[in-house]
Amino acid sequence: MGFGDIVNSDMSTGPKNNDFTIRVANTNGTGSASANALLMKSFFRMGIPVVGKNYFPSNIQGLPAWYDIRISGEGYMARSGRIDILIAMNAQTYEKDLGDVVPGGYLIYDSTWPRHKLLHRDDVTIIGIPLARMCNQQFKTARSRVLMKNIAYVGVAAALLDIDLDVIKASLDKTFAKKASLLEANHTAFRLGYDYTKEHFDCPLPFKAERMDKTSRHIMMDGNTAAALGAVYAGATVGAWYPITPSTSVMDAFTSFCERFRKDDETGRAKYCIIQAEDELSAMGMVLGAGWNGARAFTPTSGPGISLMSELLGYGYFTEIPAVLINVQRCGPSTGMPTRTQQADIMSCAYASHGDTRHVLLFPSTPEECFYLAVDAFDLAERLQTPVIMLTDLDIGMNDWMIPELKWDDSYRPDRGKVLDADAVEKMESFHRYLDVDGDTITYRTLPGEHPKGAYFTRGSGHNMYGAYTEDSNEYLEVVDRLRRKWETAKQYVPEPVVDYSDKYKVGIISIGSCDGAVIEARDHLIEAGIGVNYMRVKAFPFTDRVQEFLDAHDRIYVVEQNRDGQLRSLLLLETDVDAAKLIPLLLYDGQPIECEGIFESICQDQAKGVAA
Amino acid sequence: MSYIVKPKVMHPQSPRNNLGLTVRDYEGGMSTLCAGCGHDSVTGAIVQAAFELSIPPHRMAKFSGIGCSSKTPAYFAKQSHGFNSVHGRMPSVACGANAANHDLHYLGVSGDGDTLSIGLGQFCHAMRRNLNMLYVIENNGVYGLTKGQFSASADLGSTAKKGAENQQPPIDPCRMAISMGAGFVARSFSGDKEQLVPLIKAALGYKGFAVIDVISPCVTFNDHEGSTKSYKYTRQHFHPAIHADYVPPSEDIKAQYQDGEAMTVTLHDHSQIVLRKVERDYDPTDRASIYSYLEKHQQAGEVITGLLYYDDSLKEMHDLSNIVHEPLSRIEHSKLCPGDEALQSLQNIWR
Repeated sequence: MGFGDIVNSDMSTGPKNNDFTIRVANTNGTGSASANALLMKSFFRMGIPVVGKNYFPSNIQGLPAWYDIRISGEGYMARSGRIDILIAMNAQTYEKDLGDVVPGGYLIYDSTWPRHKLLHRDDVTIIGIPLARMCNQQFKTARSRVLMKNIAYVGVAAALLDIDLDVIKASLDKTFAKKASLLEANHTAFRLGYDYTKEHFDCPLPFKAERMDKTSRHIMMDGNTAAALGAVYAGATVGAWYPITPSTSVMDAFTSFCERFRKDDETGRAKYCIIQAEDELSAMGMVLGAGWNGARAFTPTSGPGISLMSELLGYGYFTEIPAVLINVQRCGPSTGMPTRTQQADIMSCAYASHGDTRHVLLFPSTPEECFYLAVDAFDLAERLQTPVIMLTDLDIGMNDWMIPELKWDDSYRPDRGKVLDADAVEKMESFHRYLDVDGDTITYRTLPGEHPKGAYFTRGSGHNMYGAYTEDSNEYLEVVDRLRRKWETAKQYVPEPVVDYSDKYKVGIISIGSCDGAVIEARDHLIEAGIGVNYMRVKAFPFTDRVQEFLDAHDRIYVVEQNRDGQLRSLLLLETDVDAAKLIPLLLYDGQPIECEGIFESICQDQAKGVAA
Repeated sequence: MSYIVKPKVMHPQSPRNNLGLTVRDYEGGMSTLCAGCGHDSVTGAIVQAAFELSIPPHRMAKFSGIGCSSKTPAYFAKQSHGFNSVHGRMPSVACGANAANHDLHYLGVSGDGDTLSIGLGQFCHAMRRNLNMLYVIENNGVYGLTKGQFSASADLGSTAKKGAENQQPPIDPCRMAISMGAGFVARSFSGDKEQLVPLIKAALGYKGFAVIDVISPCVTFNDHEGSTKSYKYTRQHFHPAIHADYVPPSEDIKAQYQDGEAMTVTLHDHSQIVLRKVERDYDPTDRASIYSYLEKHQQAGEVITGLLYYDDSLKEMHDLSNIVHEPLSRIEHSKLCPGDEALQSLQNIWR
């Protein structure tokens, strides 16, 4: 299909029932998170799919923060580029916030104080609610006045959008089940906002929330929690880490799950060891030491941590030690923007460390995949005896996503790979660590403490297939060439890409990780506009044959990713036989979670050019 | 090729330990260090200590970083797993290994560069965690493999082989270890096996972080006039403050000591160390007085040796974190995984 068939290249439509976006502008540290969660969960519990995106500063208190809630009856997962309702709670950013509202949209502000007359737009409906005044009259302490103002704006939104009051009541009851005084205060604050709005404004707005049944068997969960849960279910016992945004909540969650599930029933002792290291170098060293000694070990980190871990990552690759890293990517380079999202560590993870190194990477696209791929990461690390890095990002890691309920197959048994126990070693004449006995490029390992005949010396210096030190060229080549062949072996174990393919189309999109939701949405709009495209989302590196097949089957492929330099595209060029000219970079890397409009428009424009030529 | 296999020649009457093993069973590959290197003597002392303690070789794990010292784990205990890590990162690797399985003897060998420069942070933090391991520093004040640069332990005013004088103050690993919370801190000399072997045995029996700073001269780059880490200088200025006699669990203390001359401490494996004071006023449990003692004597150029500091009241890493006794690496997955039923009820919080 060509451009001539395009009926409508403008994908924007006005808000309608169950299809609009609310932005709450606030300052961080004011306790708005629970109010925003309450608001978002209310839609979710009315059966309407929602997307929450938190924009927060690298700061403790007092700087601007925004929270977007997209209500998407169609179930789209990406952020929306348009703001239909803005709840302006931060005077600092009021002017900008007002500017961000789409024409025809609504702005809710705290009318306790007069608004500068310049801060006005004729094409936006302004709704003033005296939130502070009402809360100051109602509540005694300064802190509760600040907190309750947030709950009051939830009341305003509930009135304007016709949110089910039973749902709100149930949510508050659940949240404050153990704190009766807070429960009452929250109900009161909610009613302040709700009643005032009902009394003074026409409710509901022309668009509102309507009950659906699209969220049953679903949960709202962030990717860091999901990854930590995956580590628990995979049987990880050693977690070493150095706190770094945005990965910190991985270990926070792992700790709380372990406290719940991993205490010995009789003694109360821990069946896990969590070590807060002095830096990322140390965290990586601990993971290697534990993996070498037979425990499933992991470290969560972010880009700067990967830079520091690189030397030991190369060690793990060369000495063939299982290790799992969870890299929750943030905006680079350098310190970058720690609380903004990006996918800019693809290349640095793929080849981390000096010398010829390459690492198995996994790319989850949602918190759901963070859970399942975390488990895969531990299996792959032990099967392939090498570090495995799961690359998520801040958007997946720290935002609540609506995902299908997680399931666990109780028949799962961990793949511990080729580990010889004492009995096996006893029967052997001799054991050699790097001897490819089975001819499948993966050699056997032993664990310390099992058997004297199983002892070997692990060294990052040149070693031969027997594990002995070498500077002999041929002996060195035997080892590094087998490692290269092991890389080929890895392709049969890593997850396949997700491909949606039709013979009809010669145009494709390739994307990765958290781009998925926006690409799916853009693709629907493209197909509506008459541009049929196939889609492949890569889930792992090394790239499998399926990736090559997709590349071969298309004439023009847009590679959608969230970094400046087209790192996934570069990796495809390096690691497959693809003609560079047909891979078109489509890059969105401003630090905000990706949305579909940029993808849609870029592809429309490019396709139009193709028709014109 | 610099890997040399040591021929296994066994004298039929070689003494055997409680496991029926000979000293040869605790040896490793042939050393490739320079003839006369102090490190080879330390290797010999480790072999002797492990043999005398009858440690099953496979129940020991060896760790090192980078440098001449860090090569030595290849030269002893060939039936033990070894981990020659990257420069300065041995403590973290040993810590992770220990986290996975506390039930082995952990022995690290490092040098003054590996410990006091590139690895200073890891060294300090391993002590803060009270990792249960013996950490031996083979201290020669110089970078050998890169041919003779000063290390961070080089004394003020000591000279390099080509005459350059060290202007920066040294880091004393023992004083640092005492301040970081290590409970077993000793200094010795590679040339004094009588002192070193009992110290290694006691340290291996100690539950917690044990440091032995062994002055181990570099014959090639730091054994000249003007060096304060040479054989000659160390022999002349060697000053034991306290002797440590190791008494195995099954034996009784036989020697007679006068009041105030000796103190006995019992290790967790029921072996004992008898600390005999050379200096009447030296108290190996009093941190403040040890600092001033070391300060005063080291200013005078003396190399103070012996078990300088001892504290058996400290909890090691696993006890601090209240971890199960079964090694974590040996716990079956079924005992670690909460299962689907737990997962379904857990998810209520996200519904």
